[in-house]
Amino acid sequence: MNIVVPIKQVPDLVEELEIDGSGKDLNREWLKNKVNEFDDHALEEAILFKEANGGTVTAIALDSDDIDKALFAAAAKGADKVVKVTGDFGGSVSSHTAAKALADAIQSLGFDIVMTGVQAVDDRDGQIAGLLAGHLGAANVNVVTGVDKDGDGLVIHKEYSGGVVAEFEASTPIVLGIQAAKETPRYVPVAKIRKASRGLTVDEIAASGTADAGSEVSRMFKPEGGEGAEMIGDDAEAAASKIMEILNSKGIK
Amino acid sequence: MSNIYVIVEHFKGQVEDITFEMMGKAKELGDVTAVLIGAKDLAGELGAASKVICVDDANLSEFNPEGYCKTVDAVVAAGSPDMVMVGNTSMGMDIAAGLSVSQNMPLVAYATDVSSGSVVSQLYGGKMNVESSVSGPCVVSVLAGSFPADAGKGDGSPAVEDMAAPDLSGLSVKFRKLIEPEGGDVDITSQEILVSAGRGIQNEDNLPMVEELAGKLGGAVSCSRPIVDNKWLGKTRQVGKSGLKVKPKLYLALGISGAPEHIEGMKDAELIIACNTDPNAPIFEYAHYGCTADLFDLIPALNAKM
Repeated sequence: MNIVVPIKQVPDLVEELEIDGSGKDLNREWLKNKVNEFDDHALEEAILFKEANGGTVTAIALDSDDIDKALFAAAAKGADKVVKVTGDFGGSVSSHTAAKALADAIQSLGFDIVMTGVQAVDDRDGQIAGLLAGHLGAANVNVVTGVDKDGDGLVIHKEYSGGVVAEFEASTPIVLGIQAAKETPRYVPVAKIRKASRGLTVDEIAASGTADAGSEVSRMFKPEGGEGAEMIGDDAEAAASKIMEILNSKGIK
Repeated sequence: MSNIYVIVEHFKGQVEDITFEMMGKAKELGDVTAVLIGAKDLAGELGAASKVICVDDANLSEFNPEGYCKTVDAVVAAGSPDMVMVGNTSMGMDIAAGLSVSQNMPLVAYATDVSSGSVVSQLYGGKMNVESSVSGPCVVSVLAGSFPADAGKGDGSPAVEDMAAPDLSGLSVKFRKLIEPEGGDVDITSQEILVSAGRGIQNEDNLPMVEELAGKLGGAVSCSRPIVDNKWLGKTRQVGKSGLKVKPKLYLALGISGAPEHIEGMKDAELIIACNTDPNAPIFEYAHYGCTADLFDLIPALNAKM
């Protein structure tokens, strides 16, 4: 089976996020990006599927800063082919725009299964898997924690709340939003990525049709969740003493 | 007055809270139609709606991502609502985005507040809110816990309208069975003290010191999703949206940033103490006490003091 895995980069939330001058987007100048962790799981599940059942894995991404490195890493992990969709994808790209561009490219590549991350931290206008499925005219299952072959079809595990899992059987083509791969996503050292990049061709497909979110960001602001914690500092010894005091006062320890 | 469809989420014969949460909000904004698929017997619980549209079919008796998607599509196409509210949940995610494409309606996801023409989404792991303006009919997927469920419960008797299911004979996805989580070693929902590990714990080798601390406190170890996705702890230990909701006397969050999915599962704990080196981590908005010390100094220091 041909598995296509759309991946994308998202801001690394370990870094502090700042709002830009427009008040509608992140200040992207110093933003550190990383591959969406759920996309990593999708790629892992796709590679595990290929290792067990044969087939090919194609990693695909919209052209953006550093995306080549992410695609090289996908190749180093076991993707057979890497593809970049070229077009104007700078800054913040809506899920609807991304899905249309990716769907057209995936359609031209041909596919049996699309596996992508179930969600990303920035998909304001919806998760990509469902949008892709809509454009590709394929069925769509999300929050998937396992995909296996069963005869000519697939067995899919989808997670509900409370850890309950629903098992479905499905035929292809299908688009899956992966929550977690069966195994921890494999790690590849930089040396191996560099090696994989040598002689590797990133295929390019120009984006054809366009679509937009149909909604506009009017403002971005930092949330005020609750009342906020009473902060007890960054010194481990002092904080530990204070925590003991709090627990004692509450009769917990 | 706007006409709002709320897609009812139900599981094992129960209407899920997310449905009542959405109905309560929808009632503030307009006239509420509940769309009830595969469970007509639950119509009586939807008294806050002014109308219930019921669709039943042999293929819809259990949740089926494809079948529900096609059915919602048909219901929305027939009714042309001004807004469709869907839970940003495991089931809702199978519906909302597909509907957005098939009906060419904008979708705003991760919604924590909805008003006429504007939706607030919680993004970037809870670190940023984004307000979107939308004109015309739209789909909104709502984060669980955003609105009080009580406001969406009512004892009215809405008109119940049956609608035929679309043709579902050729579904490519078929429900097989539910798999219950294995009876865990520990039921974290009944623990009074939880020491909870998150991504900040960095690797599996650091879990023993967390376990030691939990042991000394007479509690159990729980965790956030990345720990389970990495298979460092079992699913039965996961707190949050796809895990369990807990309400312990003490929730000690170690290296947990506080993504909305996690907050949903622990925000009602009596005492929340959070440790995370990022002073802007959303967990501090919900914790009672917060510290930014290095975990690998703090945990041994606590262990030494117990």
